[in-house]
Amino acid sequence: MFEEIGTTAEGDLVINMGPQHPATHGVLHLLITLNGETIKKVEPHLGYIHRSIEKMCESLTYRQFIYVTSRMDYLSAHINNHCCALCVEKGLQIEIPSRAQVIRILVDELTRIASHELWWGAMAMDLGAFTPFFYAFRERETINDIMEETSGARLTMNYIVPGGVMADIHPNFQKRVKSFIQLFKSKVDEYDELVTGNVIFQGRMKGVGVLSKEDAISYGCTGPAARGSGVNCDIRKLYPYEIYNTLEFDEILETAGDSFARYMVRIREMKQSIRIIEQLIDNIPEGDFQAKTKAVLKLPKGEFYQRVETARGELGVYIISEGGTTPYRIKFRSPGFSNLSALDHIARAGKIGDLVATMGTLDLVIPDIDR
Amino acid sequence: MGHMFSLEGITNSIQNWLNSTFNSTWALLFEFVLVGLCAIGLFATLGLILVLMERRVAAFMQIRLGPNRVGPKGMFQSLADTIKLIMKEGLTPDGADKFLFNLAPYVAMIVAMLLLAPIAFAKGFQIWDINIGVLYISAISSISVIGILMAGWASNNKYSLLGAMRSGAQIVSYELSAGMAVLSIIVLTGSLKISDIVASQADGWWIFKGHIPAIISFVIFIIAVTAETNRAPFDLAEAESELTAGFHTEYSGMKFALFFLAEYINIFIVCAIGATLFFGGWMPLHIGHWESFNHIMDYIPSSVWFFGKTFFLIFLIMWFRWTFPRLRVDQLLNLEWKYLLPISMFNLLLMTLVAIMGWHF
Repeated sequence: MFEEIGTTAEGDLVINMGPQHPATHGVLHLLITLNGETIKKVEPHLGYIHRSIEKMCESLTYRQFIYVTSRMDYLSAHINNHCCALCVEKGLQIEIPSRAQVIRILVDELTRIASHELWWGAMAMDLGAFTPFFYAFRERETINDIMEETSGARLTMNYIVPGGVMADIHPNFQKRVKSFIQLFKSKVDEYDELVTGNVIFQGRMKGVGVLSKEDAISYGCTGPAARGSGVNCDIRKLYPYEIYNTLEFDEILETAGDSFARYMVRIREMKQSIRIIEQLIDNIPEGDFQAKTKAVLKLPKGEFYQRVETARGELGVYIISEGGTTPYRIKFRSPGFSNLSALDHIARAGKIGDLVATMGTLDLVIPDIDR
Repeated sequence: MGHMFSLEGITNSIQNWLNSTFNSTWALLFEFVLVGLCAIGLFATLGLILVLMERRVAAFMQIRLGPNRVGPKGMFQSLADTIKLIMKEGLTPDGADKFLFNLAPYVAMIVAMLLLAPIAFAKGFQIWDINIGVLYISAISSISVIGILMAGWASNNKYSLLGAMRSGAQIVSYELSAGMAVLSIIVLTGSLKISDIVASQADGWWIFKGHIPAIISFVIFIIAVTAETNRAPFDLAEAESELTAGFHTEYSGMKFALFFLAEYINIFIVCAIGATLFFGGWMPLHIGHWESFNHIMDYIPSSVWFFGKTFFLIFLIMWFRWTFPRLRVDQLLNLEWKYLLPISMFNLLLMTLVAIMGWHF
């Protein structure tokens, strides 16, 4: 599986970046062929955190398997749950109460902001600026506190279940989200002052890791990574689920396709998420937070597919049911895997520093890639 | 001048006592030992203080508390860290060049200690007032790159090698503009001797007296020495997110600590030189002929002036580190060869003109 580690026949240096490396944010292993500082080839090796989640799901019931999916892309746990819940509901043809729909979108967008916050801090750290990491975590903590109050957990919430949400929102929820919006609006400008406008930062990001629109499509990139190249791929706009079609928000597109474009997409997306939350936070309808469902869910025989927009791109879940209480086969289409596949293409001919910056803007979460 | 707290009296009385008690050879030997002990003591103390200061400054900028458990307000944190590092095993990796691998940290440390010699810490407190002081400093500080290259090469680790090569390119390049910036002040003082440079600022510091060229060379100096000491935004030699720890990836325990200490002592030294050249070293703030003002300023001890200025510059460099992202290696070299070096050459010409025409104050 591995080439001989050392130097190639042409005298190029081959180094292992990872699985233990500060820039790979987890256990990604990149085999890099270098000519001096210039990258000739990047070969990602996966499997270090493979937990065979898809196989595990086959022996769990339709209520249980959703909990496992929180552990895939742990930064958008809500959205993973949401995707699976939607797919199961599609099979069972359950009507979701409108209160549950709104709550789901609210927590989804909060998760998206939290995820982008963490990405922002970690990416600045990849570029050698440590301080933004702490600033990002300051705001992210606020979201985690809100989640903790409502769902009882801070990272893998397991709040969205087939039929609605697990429990009603905490009485403080609306008040705290509103105060978070106020806080966050001022902080986004602070991020721009601290990082976005920095000369060194722009020098490191602009024109680096350029992914053309055609390549983005052919590599199957989704999410901010593809929207930075001008690909219309926001599932919330293309295939709206829940009540996204009634909400006002923009799909953020940049055309440059470089690291800076991907960076700006995420920064602007956070502001759009705030817009969505603002529309909903005062208009949460009264009613049930969960539809009445049977204790044991049985999907009819058939195939079901559902996709949602996570913080990283398009997450798809494909369930084949034989009519039993557990799925016959489950396949996840994770955004990170496709985005990672473009890394070799866009990092070539760059420097090591560029590779780190590019990897940062692809926003890889390794457990999402390996599952 | 009637300085309070002048150290000159203490040093002179020690010398007199030694000379009267022993014959001149033994007296000189004792002085050597005393000076050596002072240098080592200073090295260790400064290292500990600077590490703690870095952590507190970083914590202040990163909205957190920093070390606050060991001793009052975390003052003994670096001491505790030192004990931990001494107790750790100093690993030498297989396939490393053992001799060079173990030698490298000492080269880095010895260079840093040698550089302490010509620095005037206070009035009359200077280990060696050599007449080529500034030249000595630039000459010795160039050796530090050898320690880093040695460490990178001997570690038998590709990350270390990459870090060392980066560091080599960087230090050799940035030494030029640091040297140019220093030269532009030497043009004004006409002497390389540290005590002369300090004395020439008795009626005002060069940063104020030297017109715009002095400010330009100060800015260039600060950028260049930040790069020379491998500090962020020029910390490519360590570049945590790219090369894990660069040239000292394979070092552990006290060998690592020596690199670490040497880095901080180097920061202290370059800041001390910056303070000496541009802010008058231990010289209090004097303004032309305002005799009474100057007299009042003299009541503040010279060591307070020196350390105040130096630590202000150190704070500036720490501030850079916790604010800026890192440059890429080609951008780093472009900055030096395409911008800083031409500007500093032109600035040197300008400064020469200023000095010849007597336009400075």
